[in-house]
This record gives sequence, structure tokens and C-alpha cells, in this order.
Amino acid sequence: MDMGLVYIAGALMIGLGALGAAIGVGLLGGRFLEAAARQPELVPMLRTQFFLVAGLVDAVPMIAVGLAMYVLFAVAG
Amino acid sequence: MASESTITTSSYIKHHLQNLTYGQNADGTWGFAASAQEATEMGFWAVNVDTIAVSLILGALMMWFFRGVAKTISSGVPTPAQNFAEMIIEFINDTVRGSFSGGKNDLVAPLAFTIFVWVFLMNLMDLLPVDALPMLVAQGAAAMFGADPHHVFFKVVPSTDPNATMGMALVVFGLMLFYSFKVKGAGGFIGELALEPFGKWALPINLILETVTLLAKPFSLGLRLFGNMYAGEMVFILIATMYGAGLLLGPVAGVLQIGWAIFHILIITLQAFIFMVLTIVYIDMAHQHH
Repeated sequence: MDMGLVYIAGALMIGLGALGAAIGVGLLGGRFLEAAARQPELVPMLRTQFFLVAGLVDAVPMIAVGLAMYVLFAVAG
Repeated sequence: MASESTITTSSYIKHHLQNLTYGQNADGTWGFAASAQEATEMGFWAVNVDTIAVSLILGALMMWFFRGVAKTISSGVPTPAQNFAEMIIEFINDTVRGSFSGGKNDLVAPLAFTIFVWVFLMNLMDLLPVDALPMLVAQGAAAMFGADPHHVFFKVVPSTDPNATMGMALVVFGLMLFYSFKVKGAGGFIGELALEPFGKWALPINLILETVTLLAKPFSLGLRLFGNMYAGEMVFILIATMYGAGLLLGPVAGVLQIGWAIFHILIITLQAFIFMVLTIVYIDMAHQHH
């Protein structure tokens, strides 16, 4: 197998994962701030939910980063 | 692999990602696998000893601590340990009350508590230095049983082993099915699978969609925890490889290690919390009538 393709695969994994996570966290953070500005008394409750959803959004790109690192350093290296 | 005198980055990483596997070798004898290939050849009936040992020790530790608190509990001035235990229990109690609406169920809160604390402790192993426990075990095995220390694998974090996380997810899945049958009966459960979301005239499509949805729940639950911990551990291992690069990169690696560890405190807690909340939500969904 052409080893160059492994690097491209790793780059795609990290890059596309980051893209999705950036959109997701951007939307999430924006809405969180909007809601916090509208109803500041709800902030403690919202913060819990915010972190919960941030963890859900964050999971897939983190998995992609881990797998990409494995591919880049253990398989290709 | 690692028995060669030079350790490459690749072999170092692979060495750290290999479980200590006990099973039947290809020639019929029972023993520990000395390489990744041997571990694969052991097939289905091999046991990842490190995962089971570490998770059971942590579970015992958890029970020992909370049992000790429960036995000495008092309504007077609480001890620090009692304060700590009450804090966790109140936190879990609030979460369960907030997310679970399926009526009376004595199992959900203790289950959520066990999952949260146990998963958190398993994830916490990630914060130990990457080489500390594996070296200790390898040297100990070499001293006690005469094993070759380069062939003793030890993966410290149980939740970086998909067998552990998927095992927990399967238990949750079993409970989901159990409560679906118990609350709605077999007819109600099958009706839920077959008649939603498009009504009875699109039964096959409903069945396919709902089955996929049902099976995706435990699958994503287990893989999410595994993936996050695996990725985190991978980054720790990569940072640890930088220590081999001499005085120039060593301090950088130290800073990175601390930074990632601090960030990881958030991740391990969050993932334990998410696993717990999703368990509650799934069991809650099993209680809902449609």
C-alpha cells in the first residue's frame, strides 16, 4: 500500500472531525450565550446541559483524533 | 517487536495498546500472550487480565470507601469522607430526579451511582503516568515469575478496552429490554418497534428503522466512552514518546503532559457523567408508553 495515503487518511480524519466539531460547538456556544443573556437565572442549569451536549459533540472528533494518531504514528511509523 | 534492543515510536505505542491477555495458545497450552499476534490467535475465549483486574480492584475500592462511610455515618458534624460521599450522592440524586420520569424504580439511582463512580475511577487511571504501572507490573512479573519484561503487556485504563465499555453498555441494553417488557409487555414492546413512526401500513420500514435505533443505543454508548478514553490515552502515549527526544523536547513534553492532563480531568468526568445520564435516559425511555 502507498504509505502517502495513510497520511492523507489521518489528515482527513482529524480535519473533517474538527470541522464538524467546530460547527457543533459554535452553534452550541452561541445558543448557550443567547439563552444566558435572555434568562441569566437559568445559567447553572444551562451550564450542566451545555457541558453534557458539548461532551456528546466532542466525542466523535476526539475518537477520530485518537484513531488518526494511531494510524499516523503506529501504522505508518 | 519490543524484545529488540531499539524501541521505535511505533513499537512503543503498540506495546502500550496491547492488553495482557490470558488464553489458550495455538499449541493447546494455557498462558499469557507474548505478542499481539499470539493474543489475536487466542480467539474468543481469551481474557484481558489487566482490564478485569484493574476494574475489579477499583470497584472494590469504591465499595470499601462508601461502605466505610455508610457504617460510620452520623447526623452530627460530618467527617470529610462523609461530606464527600454525601456530595456525590446528592449530585446523582438530582440528576436522576431531573432525567427519570418513569415512576417508582429502585434500581435506577443505585445503578447511576455505580456507573458514575466506577467509570470515573476507571477513567482516572488515565491520569497516571503512562509507563508507571506497566513498568511496575513488568518488573514484578520478571522478578516473581521469571517472565521477559518486554513481553509483559499492561494496559492500565480499563475503559480503553472496548470489552469493558461494551460490556457495561450491554448490561444497560439488557436492562432497557427488561424494563420495556416489564412496563409495556411483549405486545407493547413489539408494537413500539413495528408501528412507529409511520403507522401500521409501513410496518417493514418501521421495523428496520426502530431496530437500528434500538441497537445503535448500546453501541454508541459503549463506543463513545471507549473512543474518548482511547484517544486520550493515545495522546498521553504520544507525548510520552517525546521524552525520548532529548533535552530539547523533554521539557516541552512535560508542559504538554500537564496541560493535557488538566484538560483530561474535564473529559474523564464528563464522559462518566454522559455515560450515567444516557443510561438513565435510555431506561427512562424504556418506561415510556406511546
